[in-house]
Amino acid sequence: MVLLPGRKTLVNGFKDTFKENNMSQKSLIGASALAGAVAMAISGATFLASTDGASAATEKCYGVAMAGKNDCAAGPGTTCAGTSKVDFQGNAWKNVEAGTCVSMKVDGDRMGSLEPLTRDIPA
Amino acid sequence: MIEMSQRSFGAALLDPDLPLPDGVIGPRGKGAQKRFAVYRNNVTVSLVNALGDIFPAVQRLVGEGFFRDMARVYLSEEPPRSALLFEYGGGFAAFLDRFEPVSKLPYLSDVARLERAWLDAFHAADADPLRPESLGAIPPESLGEVTFTPHPAARIVRSKYAAVSIFSASREERPLDHVRPLDPEDGLITRPRHEVQVRQLPSGAADFFEALMAGMTFEEAANVTLERHPEFDLPSAISAMLEAGVFSACSSSQANPEHTA
Repeated sequence: MVLLPGRKTLVNGFKDTFKENNMSQKSLIGASALAGAVAMAISGATFLASTDGASAATEKCYGVAMAGKNDCAAGPGTTCAGTSKVDFQGNAWKNVEAGTCVSMKVDGDRMGSLEPLTRDIPA
Repeated sequence: MIEMSQRSFGAALLDPDLPLPDGVIGPRGKGAQKRFAVYRNNVTVSLVNALGDIFPAVQRLVGEGFFRDMARVYLSEEPPRSALLFEYGGGFAAFLDRFEPVSKLPYLSDVARLERAWLDAFHAADADPLRPESLGAIPPESLGEVTFTPHPAARIVRSKYAAVSIFSASREERPLDHVRPLDPEDGLITRPRHEVQVRQLPSGAADFFEALMAGMTFEEAANVTLERHPEFDLPSAISAMLEAGVFSACSSSQANPEHTA
């Protein structure tokens, strides 16, 4: 993880970088131009469809994660994400798009499950 | 005491020239040189495999045999600091910059930066990207003061070379004929849902996103970017940031943050 400097330091850093060509303090773009740009960006309907499902539900799917690639209830940065020992470990899960888990098939005719499984548990 | 013996054990694991660590013995008090060598080999092979999994594009560019030899050198210089394998290789790009045998491939380290950022984005916390409606709902007169919360998965990798094109072609096993390696490219890595996405950014967009990620207001960031890149296309950058999911929330008042995502 990269430690980010505080907002003030960063903003001042950016401002220093641009100081020499910013002596006049003239604004190149004002509030109305910004509003125009936002309106133009949002009216580009192409991405609306793709972001519509952005908050699509997910479900925990047991028994489908490759070794070391499982998710964790406490989220990344904790020691349980990425700790599964074997491929498709039955008690390790991965977030998948809702409704897709039980139809997931992995090597050897093993299926995903919404409940923890007893197969493929490391000794 | 334990810490010291663990350290000498760890050092002996990665350096075959070091003697067997104290207290490592075979059954009935016999020597364990061969057994320890097997363990040494397993540790090294698994870490070299992990580097190949984390940096597949780099591996394809230099060839598997060369990559594995190079990975061993890296491994001896920078063994993993975390027990989590997916965090390994944070210093691999910097290693490539100083590793003389690949100095003829100056773009290689930026391809590695993209691959490391790809895996960081893959493991970043889940968050819904900022919805276009949330930005659209802010009154036009307040837009200039809006600040944004970076999405946990969003990363920017700038390159003096065509690192994004080379990364994409290598990962998709496409030929590199059309790539002009000396064209500078900025890469944006995001994970709006479950799939990591890597895009090449148009001129100025990396400055704009980094300014916003650093906490500058919308208007400050737009002005700073336009001063440096007069050709900067603001509407398409806003479209791109919404589509790619660079931010997870925006707030129209700093003193009283209102998360509208």
